[in-house]
Amino acid sequence: MAALTREETEALIQEVLEVYPDKAKKDRAKHLAVNDPSVEKSSKCITSNRKSLPGVMTIRGCAYAGSKGVVWGPIKDMIHISHGPVGCGQYSRAGRRNYYVGTTGINTFGTMNFTSDFQEKDIVFGGDKKLTKLIGEIETLFPLNKGISVQSECPIGLIGDDIEAVSKKVAAEIKKPIVPVRCEGFRGVSQSLGHHIANDAVRDWVLGNRDGDSSFQSTPYDVAVIGDYNIGGDAWASRTLLEEMGLRVVAQWSGDGTISEIELTPKVKLNLIHCYRSMNYIARHMEEKYAIPWMEYNFFGPTKIAESLRKIAAHFDETIQAGAEKVIARYTAEYEAVIAKYKPRLQGKKVMLYIGGLRPRHVIGAYEDLGMEVVGTGYEFAHNDDYDRTIKEMGNATLLYDDVTGYEFEEFVKRMKPDLIGSGIKEKYIFQKLGVPFRQMHSWDYSGPYHGYDGFAIFARDMDMTINNPCWKQITAPWKKAASAEGAQRVAASA
Amino acid sequence: MAKLRQCAIYGKGGIGKSTTTQNLVAALAEAGEKVMIVGCDPKADSTRLILHAKAQNSIMQMAADAGSVEDLELEDVLKVGYRDIKCVESGGPEPGVGCAGRGVITAINFLEEEGAYEEDLSFVFYDVLGDVVCGGFAMPIRENKAQEIYIVCSGEMMAMYAANNIAKGIVKYANSGGVRLAGLICNSRQCAREDELIMELARRLGTQMIHFVPRDNVVQRAEIRRMTVIEYEPKAKQADEYRSLARKIIDNKNLVIPTPITMDELEELLMEFGIMEEVDESIIGKTAQEEVLAAA
Repeated sequence: MAALTREETEALIQEVLEVYPDKAKKDRAKHLAVNDPSVEKSSKCITSNRKSLPGVMTIRGCAYAGSKGVVWGPIKDMIHISHGPVGCGQYSRAGRRNYYVGTTGINTFGTMNFTSDFQEKDIVFGGDKKLTKLIGEIETLFPLNKGISVQSECPIGLIGDDIEAVSKKVAAEIKKPIVPVRCEGFRGVSQSLGHHIANDAVRDWVLGNRDGDSSFQSTPYDVAVIGDYNIGGDAWASRTLLEEMGLRVVAQWSGDGTISEIELTPKVKLNLIHCYRSMNYIARHMEEKYAIPWMEYNFFGPTKIAESLRKIAAHFDETIQAGAEKVIARYTAEYEAVIAKYKPRLQGKKVMLYIGGLRPRHVIGAYEDLGMEVVGTGYEFAHNDDYDRTIKEMGNATLLYDDVTGYEFEEFVKRMKPDLIGSGIKEKYIFQKLGVPFRQMHSWDYSGPYHGYDGFAIFARDMDMTINNPCWKQITAPWKKAASAEGAQRVAASA
Repeated sequence: MAKLRQCAIYGKGGIGKSTTTQNLVAALAEAGEKVMIVGCDPKADSTRLILHAKAQNSIMQMAADAGSVEDLELEDVLKVGYRDIKCVESGGPEPGVGCAGRGVITAINFLEEEGAYEEDLSFVFYDVLGDVVCGGFAMPIRENKAQEIYIVCSGEMMAMYAANNIAKGIVKYANSGGVRLAGLICNSRQCAREDELIMELARRLGTQMIHFVPRDNVVQRAEIRRMTVIEYEPKAKQADEYRSLARKIIDNKNLVIPTPITMDELEELLMEFGIMEEVDESIIGKTAQEEVLAAA
């Protein structure tokens, strides 16, 4: 059951829109909807992937964030140059918690910041020579790097530097791939275009590198994990399950991934897509060019994991299908114990989410496994194919909000009174100060992994320790308790 | 000391802005004015006739060599030439790379911060790249910079198009700052009825043709010697033309927000003066073959 009825939710949207000027109201109304799982096409009820309005607090990122931060950054044995002024690279350095194995600074470079540190003179005279020099220095200082990507910051596009020419020339000299990526931050309406540009760069500069090379010994059970960024070790918790059922994971895109894995991906039999939004483009390309089928899967919570394992196994023979059943059976006792422990403590709790690429719909099942209900969800940078998928996962009359503004999110929370909010660092402290339990669902609040059966146990523990934390009973100061006894009770009731 | 007057010279590429500006500035200096030229063109050829040099070291080039613009001192970039005219070039990249517009912005900010305008000056002239391609080249007409714009043009069609477009740019900044159109300088190409035509264009733009500079080969003879006419042959008739332009500019009070005209109006004007023929609408988009068929 939703927190509010359909009529109440519709009235809530209208009430929240009331403060906007007419033009903004008209625009924002299209991005807010009451869910109806019977709708087939989300375009009938919600608009997405449009420019944010000036003056609102949007939570979105930029194309550079989508390319360098999400898609390319985690490829651990390459060096990713933040090409432009120093800030973009430095303030996003190592913030995403893409775990990897390796010796940083020797054969892996994930948490380091490489930048061309543009100065006024580089803007005026162009930065191509500096880029050439910088790559030379990288080669001297970090000779074990397996390739370089050039992640364009805004000025590169404005002054029209020819980074493609530099990349080709220097790549021929050092005999390693150098990938120019035109992910200038001003392009597109959110980080989403950055994902697409990054996918296209993979396609054009890396993916075909081993076409016609048959030295790789492939097996019928080769798969690639696409769109798992190994945040807090997610990809490792997923990979285990795939291997236990008998598959061979040839490549991880891109958490704990290498450029060699990317080059080998065209040799696999099936592409497994976790984050559809950021990597569907390359999966579709491989389907067209190499006839590799792809499918989406979801490793959050035992229900979705079992569903996904069976769906994946259906693409293979009986050995794998039996393997999938064995994996599910092996972990059953374990996850049932987790549910037995936490469900009584979490049953009936209501959750509101606002996140990025896949989680606003993918984590719903994991909450439901714990007896919780997601009453509102939304995406920073989704397209309508994401909402098509979300409508089916969400309950009737729940609330959907696209590119939600700071104001709207706060008002929705005040009215819907969820027991937990899952969103990002920018939202965290606002809601905690309102007295609402909060989990960061981009970084797992420095916890994780949440994927797989191993991750589910951690997920359940984290949700419990947040919601049932005694601190929420202490939100009202003792000397104010008498004055607002009613309010204090309300807070206590939600804790 | 009289208030510093900052003037910018715009106009179509190749129209003779730099030559006109330097001759004009030489005439102003001869009349006792204290003048500075700021070249706002990556070619850095706005001061060669004053300095007798090939191309002055530019602010941006020197900043690149030194590391950053903060490493420069004013005296590094400010050169003094004929009759104490001060000269600086903003400079910039070679064609096709980097951002020349940003170079102009950086250079002018540097001059301001270093107090180049605080010295004993009566006039600053900005000689700006032909086409205002981006915000950087509008720098000299933004707030607190040039207040008077002179457009160099001739009776040729494209020069007039450019003049009208520049007037549009001035309107944009006139509303936010104090920039005004101060007149058209006709640098003759010896077209028929050129003076009348430019006077009419000036009238429609709401301004004046401040002076008609006739064509004279002495300008080229002086230029080969990297000199202005004023310096090379002060007695030449052409030198008096520049003196006359200088006098008119000193006395000029006619500063307006221009009233740019539409393309249709401009074409009408050109037709009136026989520079453009009336367009026969029936032939638009017809190939030669179609015309033969139609005639048959």
